[in-house]
Order: sequence, then C-alpha cells, then structure tokens
Amino acid sequence: MAETTHGADHAVESAPGMPQLDFSTFPNQIFWLLVTLVVLYFILNRIALPRIASVLADRQGAIQRDLDSAEQMKRQALEAEEAYNKALADARAQAQDIVGEAKADIQKDLDKAILKADAEIAAKAAESEKAIKEIRDSSAKSIQEVANAAAADIVKAMMPGSGDAKTIKAAVAARLKG
Amino acid sequence: MAEAESSTGFNIHPMDQFQIKPLFGAGEIHWYTPTNVTLWMLIAVVVATVLLVIGTRGRAVIPSRSQSVAEMMYGFVYKMVEDVTGKEGLKYFPYIFTLFIFILLANFLGLIPGSFTTTSHIAVTAVLAMGVFLGVTILGFVKNGTKFLGLFWVSSAPLALRPILAVIELISYFVRPVSHSIRLAGNVMAGHAVIKVFAGFAGALGVFSIFPIISITAVYGLEVLVAAIQAYVFTILTCVYLNDALHPSH
Repeated sequence: MAETTHGADHAVESAPGMPQLDFSTFPNQIFWLLVTLVVLYFILNRIALPRIASVLADRQGAIQRDLDSAEQMKRQALEAEEAYNKALADARAQAQDIVGEAKADIQKDLDKAILKADAEIAAKAAESEKAIKEIRDSSAKSIQEVANAAAADIVKAMMPGSGDAKTIKAAVAARLKG
Repeated sequence: MAEAESSTGFNIHPMDQFQIKPLFGAGEIHWYTPTNVTLWMLIAVVVATVLLVIGTRGRAVIPSRSQSVAEMMYGFVYKMVEDVTGKEGLKYFPYIFTLFIFILLANFLGLIPGSFTTTSHIAVTAVLAMGVFLGVTILGFVKNGTKFLGLFWVSSAPLALRPILAVIELISYFVRPVSHSIRLAGNVMAGHAVIKVFAGFAGALGVFSIFPIISITAVYGLEVLVAAIQAYVFTILTCVYLNDALHPSH
C-alpha cells in the first residue's frame, strides 16, 4: 500500500495530468528530436538510400538484360527454324528434280530399248515370214510333184498308155490353181 | 478483495508511461539532459541503421531477407512520393523517407512493453509537423512566388464565393500542422493509455483478469496496425502538402 501511495505521489508531483503537456520537457524533446532527425537523415541520405537505389537499378538492369537476351535468343531460334525449313524445302525440291531426271533418263533408256526390241522383233518376224514363205513354196512344189505323181499313177492305172506326163502336169497345175 | 478493488483506483496510472525521466540520476531536465527520449530515439536510429545500412550491405541482386525489407520500404515510400507529387517531388524523397522510418520505428519500438514511445508526445510530432508545414510553405513561395497564393483562390468557383472560400482555405491551411501532429500523437497515446488501463484492471481482478488480458491482446493487435497506419498517414499527408507546394493551382 505504501508503495502504491508513493507511486501516486510521484505521478502527481512530476506530471500533473498528461506528461505530454508538461512544457518544461519540451526543449529537451525538441533538441533530441532534431539531433535524431539530422543523424538519421545523414545516415539514410548518404549511405542507405543510394545503396538501395543502386541495387534496385542493378536489378532492373539485370532483368532488362536477361529479357533482351531472351528476346535475341528467341529471334535466333526463329531464324534457325526458318533456315531449317528453307533447307528442307530446298532438299525436297532437289530430290524432286533428281527423281524427275532419273525418271526422264529411265524413260529415254526404256524408249531406246523398246525401239531396239521392236526393230529386232520386226527383223525376226521378217526372217520368219521369209522362212515360212520358203517352206510354203517348197511344200506347194512338193504337193504339185506328189499330185503329179499320184495323177500319173491314177491315169496309168485307169487308162494305160493314154496321156503323157506333160498333159497330166498341166492338168494338175490348172487344178491346183483353180 | 474489497481492499484490492479500492486500491485499483490508485494502481492505474495510464499516463505514467509517457513521463520523461533523466537517464542518469534524477533532477531537473535541461534541454541537453539525456533522457528516455534520447535513449529511444537513439534506439530508433540504431534499428534504422541495422535494417537499412547493415541489412543492405550485401548489395545482392537477389536480396537477403533484411535487404528485401529495406527495399520494400524504399519502394513503398518512393512510389508514394512519385504517385502523389510527381517526378518533381522525388528530390525531397530522402527527407520524407527519414520521416517515415523515424515515425514507423518509434511507433513500433513504443509497442515493446516497458519502452517509451517518442511519437506519443505532442512536442515531438508538432516539431515533425511544423517542419513539414514550414518547409512546404517556404518551398511553395520559392518555387511559385506569389502564384502560391493561388492555392487559396479557388479559380474554378464562382467569383462571389471565392473570398469566402479563400478564408476557409486559409484556415484549413493553418490547421494542417495541428491536425498533422495531433493525429499521430493522439492515436499513439490513446492506444498505449488504453492498454495500460486494461493492464491496471488485470492486476486487480484476480481470476477474472483473463478478460482484460484478452482485451489487451486485441488492443495490442490494433495498435500494431495503428503504428504502421499512422506512419503511413503522416507520410502521405506530407506528400500531399508537398504536392500543393509544387503544384498550387487547383
């Protein structure tokens, strides 16, 4: 109890009501506040703020640089893709050309071969025809001879002594023709 | 219990925490006497230095935690000054930042139990507000000459109304430092006094002191908010006044 009374007395004697309105302490507060503000201002203005500003500027620069390089890389990638596409198209066109050329060559060779084969076939056919004709001719002659002989034999058998070989031959030839 | 109740009236001294005492011994307080004001202002400067100078000494592109806090504060105030006053106001950014950091740290340091809150004193906030008021007024006249008086002559109003408006504007202009300073000191002081009153109840109520303790917790949370908001309000009003000085036309 004694202590609380003492506390109350203390409060009453040193600060009646609000200590905020105790004008005797104002010079002290104002003096120390001004000292604090000046010191704080110098610390901040000389050291802290320039440092933070430079760090922020550096970071901004770094970010900008990174963005720029990313942009450039993107452009390079696009260029590379374009080049690749162009190369691909070129290669395709070239392949097309080669295929066309090869086709033309083959066609030419083929045509030549066909022509040659045709000529050979024609030659062979002519030869065969000639052979067939010879065979036919020779066979026709043989038939005439056989017919002559047969006719002479028949005439001799039917009417012996009549007719000579010449007449028979003429008659057979007329018959074969007709 | 009755005795405890009766002594409660004596026990609650919500204003004791605001008393200014000499640091060394007792006696009269001269203007140069180191007092608890000196101590807590010094602590604020030390904390500001630790946070903003030592905290940023790495100058890292990817910031450490303390550097991040310093950068956030810098960016916050810088953007505020730029938004409110435009590019011209950035010249005064270091002083505005000093004000912000000082008030913010003083408010927060004052929330440490047993500490002394320098910004709860009207003498301190009045000097801060008068510094802004005088600085802004002088700057207005230096930058704009007599055109600065156009701040009081509302040219967009009808001519007959202008003199009346000029009187109102003039009064509101001179009330600025008063409201500027009392707002800060009043908010901080009231919160601390309320906490102290609840603390006095807590000492007297025995088991039921749980209720004042819950209240103290709640008010303390509110005070944390108030500490930051009042620093912000003081700073942004400084920016607004500075903007008036730089661009006096309505």
